[in-house]
Amino acid sequence: MNDDSGQRAASPRGGGQGVTGRLALSGVDRSFGPVEVLHDVSLVLQAGEVHALIGENGAGKSTTMKILSGYLRPSSGRVLLEGQEARFEGSDAAEAQGVVLIHQEFNLAEDLTVEENVFLGRELRRGPLLDKRAMRTRTRALLERLECRVDPGARVRDLAGPDKQMVEIAKALGREARVLIMDEPTAVLTGREAEVLFAQVDRLRAEGVAILFTSHKLDEVKRISDRVTVMRDGRVVASRPTEEMSEDAMAEAMVGRALSDLFPARSAPVGEGVALRLRDLTVPGHARGLSFDLHEGEVLGLAGLIGSGRTEAMEGLVGLRPHEGTIEIGGHAVRIASPRAAQAHGLVYLTEDRKGRGLVLNMGLRENLTLQALEDFAHPFLDRRAEAEALTRAIRDFDIRAPSRDAKAGTLSGGNQQKLLLAKVLLAKPRIVIIDEPTRGIDIGTKQQIYRLIHDLAAEGVAVIVISSELPEVIGLADRVLVMRQGRIAGEVAGEAKTEDTIVRLAMGLDGKETAA
Amino acid sequence: MSSVSDTAPKPQRRLPDLHVLGPILALVALIVIGAAMNSNFLSYANITNVLARSAFIGIIAVGMTFVITAGELDLSVGSMAAFIAGLMILVMNGALAGMGAGLGVIVLGIGAALVAGLAAGWINGVLITTMRIEAFIVTLGTMGIYRSLVTWLADGGTLSLDFGLRTAMQPLYYGGILGISWPIIVFAVVALLGEGAMRMTRFGRYCAAIGSNDQVARYSSVDVNRVRLLTYVLLGLLVGVATVMYVPRLGSASSATGVLWELEAIAAVIIGGTTLKGGFGRVWGSVVGVLILGLIGNILNLTDWVSPYLNGAIQGVIIVLAVILQREGKAGA
Repeated sequence: MNDDSGQRAASPRGGGQGVTGRLALSGVDRSFGPVEVLHDVSLVLQAGEVHALIGENGAGKSTTMKILSGYLRPSSGRVLLEGQEARFEGSDAAEAQGVVLIHQEFNLAEDLTVEENVFLGRELRRGPLLDKRAMRTRTRALLERLECRVDPGARVRDLAGPDKQMVEIAKALGREARVLIMDEPTAVLTGREAEVLFAQVDRLRAEGVAILFTSHKLDEVKRISDRVTVMRDGRVVASRPTEEMSEDAMAEAMVGRALSDLFPARSAPVGEGVALRLRDLTVPGHARGLSFDLHEGEVLGLAGLIGSGRTEAMEGLVGLRPHEGTIEIGGHAVRIASPRAAQAHGLVYLTEDRKGRGLVLNMGLRENLTLQALEDFAHPFLDRRAEAEALTRAIRDFDIRAPSRDAKAGTLSGGNQQKLLLAKVLLAKPRIVIIDEPTRGIDIGTKQQIYRLIHDLAAEGVAVIVISSELPEVIGLADRVLVMRQGRIAGEVAGEAKTEDTIVRLAMGLDGKETAA
Repeated sequence: MSSVSDTAPKPQRRLPDLHVLGPILALVALIVIGAAMNSNFLSYANITNVLARSAFIGIIAVGMTFVITAGELDLSVGSMAAFIAGLMILVMNGALAGMGAGLGVIVLGIGAALVAGLAAGWINGVLITTMRIEAFIVTLGTMGIYRSLVTWLADGGTLSLDFGLRTAMQPLYYGGILGISWPIIVFAVVALLGEGAMRMTRFGRYCAAIGSNDQVARYSSVDVNRVRLLTYVLLGLLVGVATVMYVPRLGSASSATGVLWELEAIAAVIIGGTTLKGGFGRVWGSVVGVLILGLIGNILNLTDWVSPYLNGAIQGVIIVLAVILQREGKAGA
């Protein structure tokens, strides 16, 4: 699948700017200890070009970006800035040369204001004192350039995700970035928020900034990038102008094989029995009057914009938040005051925030796996052998790929963390599972595996609720979709009506109004 | 990145790093230095003396290990010990008239100390978990309260155990079996139970999980507040146990009792490799930490190289060193 017609980094003799681009890697290898994670990677970022870097989790995208931006050094091979070999001593040195990496997790001081963040570490001074007025003016100018309406005096903590992203970009521009590298900038953004970001990316492209970004959303790669580089197992397997690559071709290059249907066909019918019945579930401040029935073996989708109360409603249901209303499980009214009580009734919730709330990143795989169902391993002393056996089974059944069994959860790639999280929650043998954003930020091959796992669960008679911002996912997985808007259920769609259009209309409150569709 | 499965090669056993070995190496080094400097150092009498004196802090440090592992802190243990000691003496002196200087009064005193410890720990825990006040603030407050209460109980002076009772209780500190005194035996038992609880029970695992990330624990159906409360109750109980061993030694309590015990206990826990911000704890490390602190004092007393008045300074250097080593152990991982 190697594509030599793709643009390779110029040979060392190439020299000129037009050939080598603004920033390039030439034949870069990188090893961590004995493990070589990058093999002969070459990549060219041109001024005024948006370059998408795609690949499955663990393909080497992050390492590549870190080498480009000075966080890591290549084991061999060269980094070329404007055709000249650059040896960045660290990310500071790279930033001084105009190469800025924006991390997926924002690097902002939450308690400082926007302007304090933009100028952090290089504050403008007048004599020994801070020149606040100049910094405010400059920050405002930067934000205006991005058409971003954030107040320079606002605390970063109070900003929404996309605004934080804009502040990161403003900060990068303030450092006169000529190369902007973004690690999954849209992973936490809704569709509309992503549009705002793309508009800014277009402006930066027009201003001649070289942009590299990674994304698991191939549709947006197709839309906004000029060139796509695909990585697999630490190698560049394709690098072509975006217009020459279909989304399918990208996915196949990433996985290295043709992808069959992403969503498995439903084999088992939805059961008769009602697993969960909600009547007027209210989570104060977030959701009101939720009523629905969930059947055994059913996959119920829960859609809606971020902020529509989906997550909070379900967190309320499992006792993570105070709630009112009637909950019946298996025909009996139950009171759920804590996740522990929910679990005792066979109801578990799998968080959307796998790093912050799902896994203890500095603990091992085994400790994480058994945390949720630890009482099953305590008689009364913890049975380490049983724990190890559970881990062996989980690694096999969920295809968890880890550097070693002793690895810490934080060292796994996103997709493998998600599989571990799924294994952990299912170890509690639930009858009802709520999965919030099952595939956020993970690659397409792993997505397919997770969809199969969810499908298998339902086939075993487990009732599943899937919350997702990705409409194709909700539609492909769920038998029935509930759409939430402003804390209420705006509507239910099933069967033929289960289309992106109807769901979006319900989510946005456009239901019943005619649109020129 | 390779797939891990049954067929995968067994993970290589790495040598324990400095993070694990550090405290043990430091302890061995101290023993070697002590033995080289003074021939009496390794004598039976000296060793048992050091162990018995370390027992109070040691018993408290075992409890403190759980509190710190769960990401919490308790500054009140020294004052709490003084208050419990005062209370125990008052109870026993008060019951003396009715019960006589016998076993009954001693059992009553021990019971009062343990109950007071449980209650004091529970109060700290409830204020921190249910009322959601920072552990630092709560225990800073109770630290002042208990210190003040014992001063008040003693009316600014010293509370003394009745002379007859003191004689009756002395075996609790000076007696023992097979030539090992009770404080050492109790310390050893508490340490063993603590190590077992930390490594082999849900409680220990939950403490580490909560200390690492309490949100993950909460989302994993762990009753986070209950576990936190339990760590404080356990620590309070162990402060009670330590006080029971301490009172027979001097037979008195005053506002000067147990001063800076909280810092010694916290220091021992940190020297032993437990991370101050929680998430990882080891009870055996805290035991080693207590012994290191005890031996430093002992060596300074036995030799005339450095003034014993500098004991605190040397302990301080050791604590800072231990934390630096911890951090490098992490960065290298």
